[in-house]
Amino acid sequence: MATFSSTIRVPQTGQDGGGTHPPVRGGGGDGGRGEGYPDYGQRLRRVRVGLAIGLTSVTMIFVSLTSAYIVRRGLPTFDDHTGTYIQDWIPVQLPLALLLLNTALLAASSLTAELARRQITRQAALAPVKSIPGVSLGRESGFPWLAVTVVLGMGFLTGQWLAWRELADRGFYLATSASSSFVYLLTATHGVHLLGGVLVLLYAAAVSLLHRPVEGRRIVVDVTAWYWHFMFVLWLGIFSLMWFVR
Amino acid sequence: MVAQDAHAHAAPQGFIRKYVFSLDHKVIGLQYYFLALVAVFVGMFLSLLMRIHMIWPTAMLPLIGEIKPETYLQLLTMHGTIMVFFVLTTAPQSGFGNYFLPIQIGAPDMAFPVLNMLSFWTTFVAFVVMLAAFFAVGGAPLHGWTGYAPLSALTNSGPGEQLGADLWITSIAIFCIASLMGALNFITTILDLRAKGMTMMRMPLTCWAWFITAILGLLAFGVLLSAGILLLLDRNLGTSFYVPLVVVNGQVMGHKGGSPLLWQHLFWFFGHPEVYIAILPGMGVASQLLSTFARKPIFGYKAMVYAIMAIGILGFVVWGHHMFMSGMSPYSAFAFSIMTMAIGVPSAIKTFNWLGTLYKAKIRFQTPMLYAIGFVSLFVSGGLSGPFLAQPVLDIPLHDTAFVVAHFHLIMGVAAIFGMFAGTYYWFPKMFGRMMNETWGRVHFVITLIGTYSIFMPMHYLGMAGQPRRYSQFTEVAYLQHLMPLNRFITYVAFVTITAQLIFVVNLFWSMFKGPKASDNPWEATTLEWTTSTPPPHDNFGGHTPVVYHGPYEYSVPGAAKDYVMQTDPAGVPAH
Repeated sequence: MATFSSTIRVPQTGQDGGGTHPPVRGGGGDGGRGEGYPDYGQRLRRVRVGLAIGLTSVTMIFVSLTSAYIVRRGLPTFDDHTGTYIQDWIPVQLPLALLLLNTALLAASSLTAELARRQITRQAALAPVKSIPGVSLGRESGFPWLAVTVVLGMGFLTGQWLAWRELADRGFYLATSASSSFVYLLTATHGVHLLGGVLVLLYAAAVSLLHRPVEGRRIVVDVTAWYWHFMFVLWLGIFSLMWFVR
Repeated sequence: MVAQDAHAHAAPQGFIRKYVFSLDHKVIGLQYYFLALVAVFVGMFLSLLMRIHMIWPTAMLPLIGEIKPETYLQLLTMHGTIMVFFVLTTAPQSGFGNYFLPIQIGAPDMAFPVLNMLSFWTTFVAFVVMLAAFFAVGGAPLHGWTGYAPLSALTNSGPGEQLGADLWITSIAIFCIASLMGALNFITTILDLRAKGMTMMRMPLTCWAWFITAILGLLAFGVLLSAGILLLLDRNLGTSFYVPLVVVNGQVMGHKGGSPLLWQHLFWFFGHPEVYIAILPGMGVASQLLSTFARKPIFGYKAMVYAIMAIGILGFVVWGHHMFMSGMSPYSAFAFSIMTMAIGVPSAIKTFNWLGTLYKAKIRFQTPMLYAIGFVSLFVSGGLSGPFLAQPVLDIPLHDTAFVVAHFHLIMGVAAIFGMFAGTYYWFPKMFGRMMNETWGRVHFVITLIGTYSIFMPMHYLGMAGQPRRYSQFTEVAYLQHLMPLNRFITYVAFVTITAQLIFVVNLFWSMFKGPKASDNPWEATTLEWTTSTPPPHDNFGGHTPVVYHGPYEYSVPGAAKDYVMQTDPAGVPAH
């Protein structure tokens, strides 16, 4: 009957024919899940989706650097002294103990970040209850997990700086060899991204002191905590590459 | 009941908040569009200087003086860079996409309005830094828009390769960050902000194009950013990522062990998806306009969606076809060649579906439609030289000749631009509440179509005859002398065609203020932007949330009252 029926949807829902009822989608429109503040639940999901997408691009940066690392490691270079092609990849003497300590600091900070995330999730969930007059939830433990995360994060970055100093003492500077160039580049790129995370955590701490609404603060802390976990896993990848593929 | 929470801010007051640091995606879209408009005239001016130099190499030009060979290389570098980044990556995606994506999916704004504003101003900063390269000591870089190392990695390889090249790389790095932020916004918006009833398979093909383009950008620009950072390190901090043991002007440079091929791989891994970023939005616009002005649904909507996805995915595995002459293994070349030819399949599907949309249609030949049909024509013309270049054996004589220049100009410099013209004439009434002048639009179309074909089709012949690209002077070369009349012809046509673009600019700005007032839906189109007022209010739909009941291309539906059914029309289609 219809020549161009390809785009016409025949109602599949079993409801009375004639009208086409729009399928209800979760994507967009007015929100409202079980939270007391429907806007924030939707916003949280949206910001998490945005973070996942953004981390894809960060992943691509490190994928490209890793690929360059691996290929360069296997690439022979022309040596003008012998007139032949030789392998010139000099394994960098990494300060292993220091880097393992830094890894432990970052792991601990990931743990405290997660505790901070869960803490503020609880606070956000209980916020409507607390506003009921006459209801008390007792004394909150209120351990400053967020602040501890910042301290541990700064500790990691300081440790990385000390690792660079150690590398320099061992004669490995940025331009010393291809391998040392990559080590500095990978750790610096990771460090810059982690510093960004630290700055966002400081912002989260600042808005907490300014008594912004807890739901908004929850979104910031939640997303930053996930970002932080990603940075930790990324560091494990970078460290593994530098150590096992040295 | 509940106002869209993503739009928690009320309409802004004050000039700065309304027009400068606006969070409104419509204002941001226009900001991107006008940035691209400025950039395209800068780029066209550079190309005009190049064409003048090619036929009058020793001419003394007013204010500029003589164009030396190295100046010619600087011109072509900046021409390519500005056009590819600040015109083709900006206007189709960030310009029209920012303005119309939220409206077409029924959202009040993009997912992250503040990030959107930051994306634009970061792009603006990138453009300023790029233009600053012209004024640096030594001038703009001369290493081509492709920036191959070691020419680009050494600061003494030529004029403009010191500060100019550093500014160029910095500008591109800033642009990468801006693009990544924009891509994030687009993808989140499409995934999370579609209105009720707007399923993915009910989205207009423009939205699908913006979606896939954003994914391409998300995955590709990070690699370019890495490449640029490595280049900056090589140039300024003595590393040897790209530079092997080299001697420049008798001086041994301190580098050792680097690989120029690394730059090529990193750059083209970005560079190929980049050209699909440039063309996919134009394809989306073409699909949209062909359907609207043919009063027929797009032929094979699902196939169009899968074809766009296929083009996007395949676009990531063909980068080696830009490197056939780099000494790669013939087996690698074979693999890249096969994948490149495979991309022709979804592209052909789209082309035939466009033709299928036009088949037996009652076409309304208004200016937007002329440009949409022109897009299809130019996509075929420019695309067909691709499979030639995709053969490694054929690429041996054709690489770095005018044949390649013809190919990418027809497809990026003309087809993609026609997509932008089509979008401009089509959406102008919705953006500015007035119609552009139809007569002058047709004059502009005819001159531009004939002009661009006349400029770029002969370049295929020039390339096959052996005329290289990026060479500043042919007048002293015996075996190219017989091609000089054709080169002169191209330059004269370029003069006329570039001048004719002023018709478009005058039409654009004059119509903004003096054009005939437009109704809310002058083209009788079905998608959501035509349901709202002209221009759209701050939250796009005047406080009410649209609900979608139909697909985007319900034209000439049997039994319907009019020859189009709007997506938000709740009246059901007769059951059958």
